[in-house]
Amino acid sequence: MSKPRKQIHLAAHFPGVNNTTVWSDPQAGSHIEFGSFAHFARTAERAKFDFLFLAEGLRLREQGGRIYDLDVVGRPDTFTVLAALAAVTERIGLTGTINSTFNEPYEVARQFASLDHLSGGRSAWNVVTSWDAFTGENFRRDGFLPQEERYSRAREFLATAGELLDSWQGDEIVADRATGTFLRDARAGSFVHKGHHFDIHGQFNVPRSPQGRPVIFQAGDSEEGREFAAADADAIFSRYSTFEEGRAFYRDVKGRLPKYGRSPGQLLILPAATFVLGDTDAEAAELAREVRRQQVSGATAIKHLEFVWNRDLSAYDPDGPLPDIDPDPGEHTVARGRAQVRMYRDPLTTAREWRELAAAHKWSIRDLVIETGNRQSFVGSPATVAATIDDFVQGDAADGFILVPHVTPGGLDAFADTVVPLLQERGAFRADYDGTTLRDHLGLAHPDADAAAERAAS
Amino acid sequence: MSSDIPSPYPLPASSPNAPLHLAVALDGAGWHPAAWREPTARPRELLTARYWQDVVTEAERGLLDFVTIEDSLGPQSSHFTEPDGRTDQVRGRLDAVLIAARVAPLTRHIGLVPTVVATHTEPFHLSKAIATLDYVSTGRAGLRVQVSARRNEAAHFGRRAIPPFGIEELDTPAVRELVTGLFDEAADYVEVVRRLWDSWEDDAEIRDVATGRFIDRDKLHYIDFEGRHFSVKGPSITPRPPQGQPVVSALAHSDVPFRLVARSADIGYVTPHDGDQARAIVTGIRAAQEAAGREREPLHVFGDLVVLLDDDAGAARARLERLDGLAGTPYISDAKVFAGTPAGLADLLLEWRRAGLTGFRLRPAVIGHDLPAITRGLVPELRRRGAFRDAYEARTLRGLLGLARPANRYAATSATA
Repeated sequence: MSKPRKQIHLAAHFPGVNNTTVWSDPQAGSHIEFGSFAHFARTAERAKFDFLFLAEGLRLREQGGRIYDLDVVGRPDTFTVLAALAAVTERIGLTGTINSTFNEPYEVARQFASLDHLSGGRSAWNVVTSWDAFTGENFRRDGFLPQEERYSRAREFLATAGELLDSWQGDEIVADRATGTFLRDARAGSFVHKGHHFDIHGQFNVPRSPQGRPVIFQAGDSEEGREFAAADADAIFSRYSTFEEGRAFYRDVKGRLPKYGRSPGQLLILPAATFVLGDTDAEAAELAREVRRQQVSGATAIKHLEFVWNRDLSAYDPDGPLPDIDPDPGEHTVARGRAQVRMYRDPLTTAREWRELAAAHKWSIRDLVIETGNRQSFVGSPATVAATIDDFVQGDAADGFILVPHVTPGGLDAFADTVVPLLQERGAFRADYDGTTLRDHLGLAHPDADAAAERAAS
Repeated sequence: MSSDIPSPYPLPASSPNAPLHLAVALDGAGWHPAAWREPTARPRELLTARYWQDVVTEAERGLLDFVTIEDSLGPQSSHFTEPDGRTDQVRGRLDAVLIAARVAPLTRHIGLVPTVVATHTEPFHLSKAIATLDYVSTGRAGLRVQVSARRNEAAHFGRRAIPPFGIEELDTPAVRELVTGLFDEAADYVEVVRRLWDSWEDDAEIRDVATGRFIDRDKLHYIDFEGRHFSVKGPSITPRPPQGQPVVSALAHSDVPFRLVARSADIGYVTPHDGDQARAIVTGIRAAQEAAGREREPLHVFGDLVVLLDDDAGAARARLERLDGLAGTPYISDAKVFAGTPAGLADLLLEWRRAGLTGFRLRPAVIGHDLPAITRGLVPELRRRGAFRDAYEARTLRGLLGLARPANRYAATSATA
């Protein structure tokens, strides 16, 4: 008898503020009206996806001291839109990014517990740890967190939120009309937390929710980020959507689990992935080239180069050669509020390599940015894409993918209609939901079961 | 007993023919502490989406202007400033903004006004949350801003200390200073929230394919708020909501909160116990409004009432007595407790309207009983008297309240620059 196929987990990321959304496409709709989110969520649920995912950004990005205007700008509040989506869906998980630096545990725990109640157990929290003073200018706590403290605050934040969520057992509300007893125990929700970042005590005022705790996601690729995920997360958003990189990351992170007493199934590795579908592989490849050109306009290419050069390059022609001046190696001041900036750690080397590449291929600035930029993860006919995704998962390069279409809100429709049925035929993806909570979809134990197992083991 | 005094202020001020506005305040099983023990109550469902969907839908069936949803950052308490440790009353509640968002797609006309605690939350987060509520409800969002002077709630955040005090110390200098500070901070909070709503001009998104620009960044504005308690840079991450400015409201019992209403709100909820008190309160708020330089802006003053409604006034009073018996003590509220018939309540509302109130926020003592009594008893009664709408006449909450969509303060600046 052959081994049963590993089941693929699929999720959908609503494409918002990033440089992959093609807003100029005639099919592109609103990225802010609720109808777009409802369409996207219903498509993902129709396709039996595990969850949909909303990212977050708490300060508008800037370039050269002015708000960046070439990509989609503007997004709704994560909690509010997820709660509204709970009304128009029944099963799909609702995952949101919530920052641990510019929030307080009591409030965030309340919001996730509320979302979990209001969605019947479908909430998940992607914990991010932005710390910068740029974002801090929008918040009371003002200023910023020293970078080395960000994971320490995040871990304590998460632990504290967990203590609050665990402060109700789940059986305190008896609501006995005859005796007039509403609560079994007046102390329900009591907590005390005294730590480096938080010194709080009192009573949490949301009784236990269906999942007990939201599912915890973590995104972040640093050494600290990997440890944080291995210790505390249920799933990790990874950047690695090529097979060999994916396998290396998968091995590395899953290998860290035993030291925290966890098994490989307790942490899912879910890379973000883009896709372009065509009737044939050749058609999809052609379409993918077009999409890349739409994603990288001449103006976008110049701005992208500025991330590395850390200088104003607006005088350069995007269809001309790369600048012959060197990057400014000083503190990065040109682009603020973007993750890409931190990815180019050695601008002088990057610039030299790019000049060599451009010279060898006779690439203009725009060609270079298109050619060196992120390629679409999956390009091909539905059969090709289904086979590739399945191979990734069966080959332990991922447990599934978070798909990011390049058009809002209909960019998922074709995937749902063509690729998903092929994955189902392969026996690698569910034909219908088995359970009702996100933990059910992800195959994660209920936290109360975990706690019971721990008690039994000790 | 009252005469109609012409108001020097523009609408919405008192006018015998002005439409009456009606809201209900939703909290748990109802406002009476024993409400959850009534046969119509659903005490085990208070944390479910279905319960909230049902009650808000019922309010919408009555064509009410809006619902408010109570909230707090600590357990409910019968004590003024401290937890009470009781087990015989409803304890535990969900985040009000999220309840409002959860019911928004399932309703079409009714306004959704969650309670928000300004003392411990971030105006940046709240501004985008209410803007988003406005998007998911297509223009029906508001908020009720509230301060928290509870020491136990401050301890849930650990960022500020609030000294202990009792209700009898409200008039001492120390407590007055504390309360004034909290309300001043709330006024700053509302100012930040409002500036953030305006930080995008309505037509900032241009999608100009020719130049590759998604937005016109000259139509996005830093709000650069600098206050005593916090500073906020802006702009919002969320574009200007459908109503431009969702409706801001606050409950007010005395001079300090009257000033917050006068400076910052579109609706103030007040708690007179008779027509003369109502008149005095309205006069006080209108004066504070003038002092704040807002005399030309519309400001609703709603009277709050706890209501028990039955077809027979004796039955309503008997029900109150029975509930008080279950609770073990007579129910006392900041607001007047009305136990009587829908017709009797209609008489009272119309009388108080002559005192200058422009609407009412009714707090059903038992939601399962008194909410349907409002929507199916009081509303038809008011309609018979020509005092309430026959159908929803506007698509937004501002529209229902007769409030225009405000111009963007920053657009005006850039137009004259």
